[in-house]
Amino acid sequence: MHTVRRLSVMFFSAILLSLSLIPVLAQDGSEVLTVYAGRSESLLGPILTQFSEETGVELEILYGDTAGLASQIIEEGENSPADVYIAQDGGALGALAQANLVDTLPSDILDRVPSQFQSPDGVWVGISGRARVLVYNPEQVEALGLALPDSILDLTAPEYSGLVGWAPTNGSFQSNISAMRVLLGDDATATWLSDMVDNNTVAYSGNTGINQAVIDGEVVLGITNHYYMFRFLADNPDAPIAQHFFPAGDAGSLVNIAGAAVLSTSDQPGLSQRLILYLLGESAQAYFADSTYEYPMIDGVAINERLRPLAEIEAPDIDLSNLSDLQGTIELIEESGALDG
Amino acid sequence: MQGIFDRQSTVEHQATGLKNLRISSVLLRVVSIAIVAIVILPLLYLFLRATGSGDENAIEYLTRGRTLDIMLNSLWLVVSVTISAGVIGIPFAWLTTRSDLPFRGVWLILGLLTMVIPSYLAAVSYLAVFGPVGYLQDLLDILFGIKRLPDIRGFWGAWLSITLFTYPYVALPVRAALLKTDPALEEAGHSMGLNRWQVFWRVTFPQLRPAMASGMLLASMYALSDFGAVAIMNYNAFTRAIFIQMNGFNTARAALLALVLVVSTLFLFSIEWHVNQGQHNYRVGTGARRKLKPVQLGIWKYPALLFCAILALIGVVIPVGVMAVWFFGNLGAESPIPILMSDLIINTTTTSIITAVVVAICALPLALLVVRHNTTFNRWIVGLAYTGNILPGIVIALALVYFAANYATPIYQTLPLLVLGYATRFLPFSISATRSALTQINPRLEEAARSLGMNSWGVLWRVIVPLAKTGIIAGAALVFLSAMKELPTTLILRPLEYETFSTRIWQFHREAFLPLIGFPGIVLMIVSAFGLIIILWRDSKRNQ
Repeated sequence: MHTVRRLSVMFFSAILLSLSLIPVLAQDGSEVLTVYAGRSESLLGPILTQFSEETGVELEILYGDTAGLASQIIEEGENSPADVYIAQDGGALGALAQANLVDTLPSDILDRVPSQFQSPDGVWVGISGRARVLVYNPEQVEALGLALPDSILDLTAPEYSGLVGWAPTNGSFQSNISAMRVLLGDDATATWLSDMVDNNTVAYSGNTGINQAVIDGEVVLGITNHYYMFRFLADNPDAPIAQHFFPAGDAGSLVNIAGAAVLSTSDQPGLSQRLILYLLGESAQAYFADSTYEYPMIDGVAINERLRPLAEIEAPDIDLSNLSDLQGTIELIEESGALDG
Repeated sequence: MQGIFDRQSTVEHQATGLKNLRISSVLLRVVSIAIVAIVILPLLYLFLRATGSGDENAIEYLTRGRTLDIMLNSLWLVVSVTISAGVIGIPFAWLTTRSDLPFRGVWLILGLLTMVIPSYLAAVSYLAVFGPVGYLQDLLDILFGIKRLPDIRGFWGAWLSITLFTYPYVALPVRAALLKTDPALEEAGHSMGLNRWQVFWRVTFPQLRPAMASGMLLASMYALSDFGAVAIMNYNAFTRAIFIQMNGFNTARAALLALVLVVSTLFLFSIEWHVNQGQHNYRVGTGARRKLKPVQLGIWKYPALLFCAILALIGVVIPVGVMAVWFFGNLGAESPIPILMSDLIINTTTTSIITAVVVAICALPLALLVVRHNTTFNRWIVGLAYTGNILPGIVIALALVYFAANYATPIYQTLPLLVLGYATRFLPFSISATRSALTQINPRLEEAARSLGMNSWGVLWRVIVPLAKTGIIAGAALVFLSAMKELPTTLILRPLEYETFSTRIWQFHREAFLPLIGFPGIVLMIVSAFGLIIILWRDSKRNQ
């Protein structure tokens, strides 16, 4: 009896206490920017902290899933507290652009980034690049006497049956398929997808799973982003994994971006742009190149020596606005049976 | 409250007592409707999204072969998980509650601990162990030269992972019911010449039916709504299909699929209702219930020990072991971000405790309503409260984002909204447990209290709550443990810069910082185990 009463008193005081904290937290003299970050804190955190230290701008950051945060911003609509959105792939930025929730960026930002790494209407820019690669297990490739394919399209050959891993629900994979649709058309893409399924390609839930499976020898080859391998090698330098770039112009040779945009609901567009400009500055770009093994977006920053230079892997002209049909891509993937598991 | 139900004089107590009963049923219904109105916000959101887009192909999309296949996949998973959760959960609860199994307290805690492991993490660890070239295959390679095991991903992997997280949902309410059974009934059975099995099947088992049915309902709902395990195991279930549509920003299709899920919950709920129809398990005799005497297992002790050991091995030792291997395999790994373990512990536990208390309080009127005033209308109200549990966390979270950001801005990105998200998701745990506890209370006790002049408020706090305490606590425990590990709701609804165990583990897992998962993972389990021990210690002390 008394416990119940005491508990309810405690509970209501807890609620009142937390409610009373809201205005206190909101009042603060310094400049505060709210950032929704769809990239991981371990990669982004250090550089954002550096921005705060150098500029005195306080950042309130919500880390989350790239697509989840974009959906969240769409639901928040007019009342979004976010100023800046940082995404792991172009698809989510495209969705915000389609919903008219992001503002055009000024030319001092857009001019820093090559045109193939920004939105056609200038509402988002790439911050760093990640290449699509084929990772492989060198021990197994040698043991099986496999030749590494010259094109992603060759992975449907019988010699690779059951040896390839992919992640059909992953955003980067889906961007890759969108690019393939632009290059080859929907029919050829659909044929390739279903041929891959028929060739017993093994589906994983994400890039981490693919890289782990290649190291474990569960599969021999994997279609993934380039930087995951380096993470595994950092933990274990002897892990049996290496990567193969498809030649320039191939449908498997593509550079996706991690990018950023300023929300049109932001009441501090100037400060928000300053953050994006900072991320495109030399020190931040060098950080992405060194610490996360990504491709810098600006000239004059050296890439990691183990990477193939950007100029050599870039696919031919793809109009980025053609890449935005994510729903069409997902339908093709669904129809191919790649999701059936 | 006190104003409405004034203490009556003893002369007119009977007449006003009846009137009082009616008022309290109206009040109960009003309170229940108010609670349900809040927890069905996600449902309202789904209607808005599903109908808002004017998708002409909606019906075609839902009835095409591929969508029907996904529905069958989910149905098959739900049926198999529910049956196996019952087959494991019921004997487990009985062995650890009523038998003389050695170290039964230890087995109980180990067995229930599977609940506290986030489902995607456990699924990852099962892949590491049982995968085609996992640790088990390494062992078999050394022993028998086996180079590859069949892939467990797909149905079997999903079934294994989800069964292991859900049998505690059956075991906890069954245990609560077992602790409340009256030994006199079983003795009566024995004295009429029934043997031990017959006593179990004909006396004990029927008394457990409401608890079993409600536990299996929760297990089936979990199987339908889980995303982590089916995603890692690559099983094309409904939640995965919803997630794929969400990720493609096709909210209308995602909402449509989610509405189908909701309809299936109501169907599951009605099955459970059918099983529980008219079940009351209170004692009618006079005098106090005696203490329970443990049943001697005899030679059956050994298979029972083996059973519990296998559950503990697969459910707890393997996931914890894999995390420990990751952790100790790379002790030097430096975290790229500071992990403030004390913050994680405080944030996660306080939010989970507040949620458990809020949910226990909200579940009481709903459970009372449906047990004491069992009408079709009331059953529907309570049935609607169950829908929150079946929707994937991301759907609930986005629905609350929409309503809070646009219509309740001051609470957006604050703890109360996070607690509301958890409460929406976990309310059914508490309703179920409370409901089965209430069916064990003889309503005459309430009538007696009324006839002695106690008002409704007094009856609630001084008769009903103390008698249903075991069930209420069991429900709160389920809510607490579920909130401790909840990921999707936390990720979206948390205040800015607010970290819990699950958000941290997720951060490390997504970028493959495997060595760093181990530490928060193991601390999460220890903290949860601590909570579990406190809860179980309390109720076994009262019943021994």
